[in-house]
Amino acid sequence: MYQGIKISGFGGQGVISAGYLLAQAGMMEGKEVSFFPAYGAEMRGGTANCSVVVASEEVSTPIVSTPDTAIVLNEPSLAKFEPTVKPGGLLIINSSLVNSKATRKDIKVLYVPCNEIANELGNAKAMNMVALGAFAGATGAMSVDAIARALPKVYKKLKPEVIELNVKALKRGAEFKVN
Amino acid sequence: MAEKKLMKGNEALAEGAIRAGCRFFAGYPITPQNEIPEYMSWRLPAVGGAFVQSESEVSAINMVYGAAATGVRCMTSSSSPGISLKQEGISYAAGADLPIFIGNVMRGGPGLGNIAGAQGDYWQATRGGGHGDYRTFVMAPNSVTEMANFPHKCFEVSFKYRIPSMVLADGIIGQMMEPVEFANPELDPAKFIEPEWALGVNNGRAKRIVKSYDLREGYLEVMVNERVKRYKQIEANETMYEEKMMDDAEIAIVAYGTSARVSVAAMKLAREKGLKVGLFRPITLWPFPKARLVELSKRIKKFLVVEMSLGQMVEDVQLSLNGRAEVHLHAKPGASVMTAEEVYKTMDAIVKKGAKEYAAAK
Repeated sequence: MYQGIKISGFGGQGVISAGYLLAQAGMMEGKEVSFFPAYGAEMRGGTANCSVVVASEEVSTPIVSTPDTAIVLNEPSLAKFEPTVKPGGLLIINSSLVNSKATRKDIKVLYVPCNEIANELGNAKAMNMVALGAFAGATGAMSVDAIARALPKVYKKLKPEVIELNVKALKRGAEFKVN
Repeated sequence: MAEKKLMKGNEALAEGAIRAGCRFFAGYPITPQNEIPEYMSWRLPAVGGAFVQSESEVSAINMVYGAAATGVRCMTSSSSPGISLKQEGISYAAGADLPIFIGNVMRGGPGLGNIAGAQGDYWQATRGGGHGDYRTFVMAPNSVTEMANFPHKCFEVSFKYRIPSMVLADGIIGQMMEPVEFANPELDPAKFIEPEWALGVNNGRAKRIVKSYDLREGYLEVMVNERVKRYKQIEANETMYEEKMMDDAEIAIVAYGTSARVSVAAMKLAREKGLKVGLFRPITLWPFPKARLVELSKRIKKFLVVEMSLGQMVEDVQLSLNGRAEVHLHAKPGASVMTAEEVYKTMDAIVKKGAKEYAAAK
């Protein structure tokens, strides 16, 4: 089993922490993992991305150049990463902020209104968890429970009720199915 | 076994140094290694050590020079442009036989370059960088776990042979997160035996002098030759490397750090397509594992050096093999990382077309 994942969006959308969380969850599941953040001049409102690998064997390169799954949370990320997805791979698009549609026919595409769902749940910041939930549900590479268990390890200062809200966001995301 | 912890390479290097008994750090911020001083700034005081954010790289290296002269395990860290600034101090430490430890997380160069990971400072690290005839013990980690465990070896070699040591990582190894296992026992500096050269309170013992010069006629030669003996011991005793799938290999990739990680992926790709490829990874860049390469060249006649530079380590491979085998280069300068597919294509071309045709095609 090998999943190379690219997560991309605006700085402040929780791109980096979502990647960190996936790696933590994978590690706790006994998988081999790596996490590599783009560490350029990222800032709130700028663009940020990170690479995560979750695998059953030793991870060779931590840089994911052709992802099995790309999660794009904003418009510029779609243009940048849609062409890089492996044929047969998965593209998860945050349809709340991305108006364009994917053009490739050789990949699976999942549109998830991450911001809207997070807002419904009462905290806009949980939008990255909706996206991760969709990843878990659509790929089966990781369970929602595994990600939920990793939450307190990564967000050490979060109150239990906030953790619970994030778990709800994960579950809502996992309801989306690839057509 | 202790619970695995997800850590950044830079944090692991800092924690590894502390577990190896480091109790003094001086440094000046620069990306992509800022997590090292950040980590040290809270962790060192917690174990009774001292952290100084100095006003410049030059003062940091000289603070470490001073601390090392008292026999304390101490460290500075920086990234490429900052390491250039430290070269005078490193040369002086080599001249004074001081066991300083340096973390270097390479970024793009020359000049200010950029902040992405690169391997353009191989020559600087292994050839001295500062003035004068000297060597630095250089280790090249390719994982976060190696970042965590190499400071222990560096301090050991530094103190045993009285030589500056360096962990030469790149921005990717520094910034990435992986599960970490600390392999070495945590050392208690209170139990260290004071070196017989260390400065401190005299208490009536014989005078000790730490210096990098001897102006009396002929004496510098004696001083340097004595050092050369230790260099030879290091070459004989401390050379490290790793081999992967070399048993039946017909072509060997030679790579270190992040390039070695990408090369593993390239090797798997090549093996799937029937090319018998192995990986030879130098772990110490100085001393360079020359003897083993020569041994391998009895069986393997094609070597491909993969590095994120114009091609620097390739010269050590050529020097080691001295015409015994073909040496090819897959170079990626400008702080960008080669992909496994690119490396595979190069290997395929070398194997299928043969060396001359491959060179002509380029």
